[in-house]
Amino acid sequence: MSQVLLYLLAKVKKLILHFKKQNKMKEIMTVYYMEAKSARVGGRKVAWITSGGPVEPLIAMDVIPVYPENHGAMIGASKMGVGLCETAESMGYSTDLCSYARSDIACATVNGGPIGGLPRPDMLVCCNNICGTVLKWYEVQARYFDVPLFILDTPFCHVGFAQEAKRYVRKQLDEYINFLEKVCGKKMDHDRMKEVGKLSLEGQRLWQAVLDTTANRPAPMSAFDAFYHLALIVTLRGTPVVVEYYTQLLAKMKDRVAKGVGAVPNEKYRLLWDNIPIWPRTRWLSQKFAAHDACLVADTYTSAWCGTMKYIDENNFFDSMAEAYTRIYLNIGVDEMARIVIGMVDKYRVDGIVMHSNRSCKPYSLGQYDIQRIVEKERGIPSLMIEADMVDERSFSESQVATRIDAFMEVIKQRKS
Amino acid sequence: MLTEFHDALKDPAAYGKRLKEEGGRKVVGYFCSYTPEEIIYAAGAHPFRLFGAGDGIHLADAHFQSYCCSLVRGALEGALAGRFDFLDGVVFPHTCDSIQRLSDVWRMNVRGHFHLDVVLPVKLNTDSAKAYMTDVLEKFRNDLERKLGTSITEDGLKKAARTFNDIRGSLKRLYELKSENPGIVSGADLYAVVKASMIMDRDRVVRLLPGVVRELEKRRGTGEGEEGKRLVLAGGICNHPDVYRVIEEAGGVVVWDDLCTGSRYFEEVTEGGGSPVADLAGHYLARPVCPAKHSGLYARAERLVEIVKEKRAAGVVFLFLKFCDPHSFDYPYLKKALDEAGIPSMVLEVEDRLPSEGQLTTRFETFVHMI
Ligand code: SF4
Ligand code: SF4
Ligand code: SF4
Repeated sequence: MSQVLLYLLAKVKKLILHFKKQNKMKEIMTVYYMEAKSARVGGRKVAWITSGGPVEPLIAMDVIPVYPENHGAMIGASKMGVGLCETAESMGYSTDLCSYARSDIACATVNGGPIGGLPRPDMLVCCNNICGTVLKWYEVQARYFDVPLFILDTPFCHVGFAQEAKRYVRKQLDEYINFLEKVCGKKMDHDRMKEVGKLSLEGQRLWQAVLDTTANRPAPMSAFDAFYHLALIVTLRGTPVVVEYYTQLLAKMKDRVAKGVGAVPNEKYRLLWDNIPIWPRTRWLSQKFAAHDACLVADTYTSAWCGTMKYIDENNFFDSMAEAYTRIYLNIGVDEMARIVIGMVDKYRVDGIVMHSNRSCKPYSLGQYDIQRIVEKERGIPSLMIEADMVDERSFSESQVATRIDAFMEVIKQRKS
Repeated sequence: MLTEFHDALKDPAAYGKRLKEEGGRKVVGYFCSYTPEEIIYAAGAHPFRLFGAGDGIHLADAHFQSYCCSLVRGALEGALAGRFDFLDGVVFPHTCDSIQRLSDVWRMNVRGHFHLDVVLPVKLNTDSAKAYMTDVLEKFRNDLERKLGTSITEDGLKKAARTFNDIRGSLKRLYELKSENPGIVSGADLYAVVKASMIMDRDRVVRLLPGVVRELEKRRGTGEGEEGKRLVLAGGICNHPDVYRVIEEAGGVVVWDDLCTGSRYFEEVTEGGGSPVADLAGHYLARPVCPAKHSGLYARAERLVEIVKEKRAAGVVFLFLKFCDPHSFDYPYLKKALDEAGIPSMVLEVEDRLPSEGQLTTRFETFVHMI
């Protein structure tokens, strides 16, 4: 009886905490989108930028960055993905293309989706450090909106970062600034850029520190919480609001750690998530695992926005962006990715890995089987592969996934007992 | 006249092996027509284009999901099954996300030959991209020298550029002849010549092609009077299947294409003027662009419409390989450009293999009747 009570109490606490957090986040995001939507009134420019792209120069130029991928995630989370994907398909886009791209391309033409479409861009900034899809996607939007497109071409690092690639990317950073100055009709303030760089790095450090708290047992938050809190480091990196938000969040998490409060009330098993979340199903998945007393304590996705801090030079942020933005998680070889995954297995002391084989995202998913094998071999932990899609629910079979999760958890439980 | 080309294609691996054993030449496999084959040739090695195996993919299933294109899965299958064991090395130019991962997985799982990535720029229309392209090709040259234990001289590179220019020139001439007199050679034969030119000994190819050109020139005017509806084959599949015969039987005839085992390969030649490597860089920047790369927002549509007009074609057949992102992304905009120019088109998406012949014939017939 007391067990049940304790459990309920923890649940209520968790709900309250969630609610509080959500308000703050909601507030920030609402203000952000309102600002973006009324940019023209305020005489500010809007740039659409890829999630892995260098946003700092935009912030320094007082341009409002908007993230179609984040928009895609919102569309997915609000379960509006299927309809929009179907619209894209009727426009001639194949069902096999990335569902962020499909839903965003469709959304631009119908101004639909959860926030009635994104504010019209004045320019597009595409960094191909995450995939080749964004190149095609931004070409589509550049034709549709008829606005200037800047492509930051970050050569893929199969086995390291070549000197010539470094020169090429560094040179393009200057071209990027020229591009911004031209579109905005004003000069870049380099002191401001330095400031923004500092804030960006600070935001990244704090975000990493937040993620680090889940190394504790029980983990004060789960990967599902991280998916939620992630929005700020992606969209507003380089602004004070991020620093403030994560400072508070970090304090909260530390407090939970001190009090021994876990995200999953009775955390027995710790798991690592790989790939982009299945946005329309995060809640369902979170509950499904929690019901097995399993907490997804870390993931390879949310750490991507603070994964290259080691390449950032605090005193020369601008120059070091070349390396930091080129060597991100999706722009490196499968073997290096596997090493990073192993590092996380050790750091967060997980009992197993849950991999989302994401039809939409080839650079993230192709190679997963090899990573799975390497990690199983090196660390001897089991892994589960879930076939799905981050936005398009048509690729999700609840009963099948449920059965597989149950079977996987059985294995984990047996190994631990 | 064409037997040698057809023979080479019957079993490319056997051809490669023979060349290696009899010619004592190192054989370097490569994917994608952005591979600077001139540099491989200048190193005294034989550039050997690898096409997906297509048939029966099992071993590769342990590495790639089903939503990876069959070219990539088929290529890995071939490697894992040991079909490419005779190769001394394999070169992976950077193109699409799938080839990018193929390179990683190949490097991690396939042994027995050297592995080189040529991380080309994705953006091709800026000065810094040009400088980078030159750097990358120079590096490739050094890497190859090391791996093959040879030296690649300036003269060697110049000769290579000439050889490949001649090959490209002849292929283009063949296409022109076919376009002017569609009856003189079947589409399948012409395709075999292009494809085999990427597999066979280039010194041999460069000597054979002028003979083929002469032969076709002789046939001019003698072709049967009946001509099919003039079509352009477009879009792309890194390795497109042989649909020519079915199209011809349905009353069409392919008079030009926008394919990478086609006109995208030969339409531009390497111009002299700078250092040999810089000239080559210039070539790979200037050739008709593949959708996995960027060279302006409208380049591909403009080129396609131009081809149709110049070749007086009545319609376009798009060929796509399922799960191929770059090509699928371009389709709606290419289609729109054609629509606006009043050019009818149809699309054929191919999975591992072609749909049944009956099905294909019906689709082509319907299209041909419509235009
Ligand atoms: S393909 Fe993957 S990395 Fe690229 S936009 Fe889609 S989800 Fe993001
Ligand atoms: S279609 Fe593009 S990616 Fe494919 S082989 Fe041709 S050039 Fe390479
Ligand atoms: S360009 Fe398309 S067909 Fe070629 S390897 Fe990439 S996905 Fe496959």
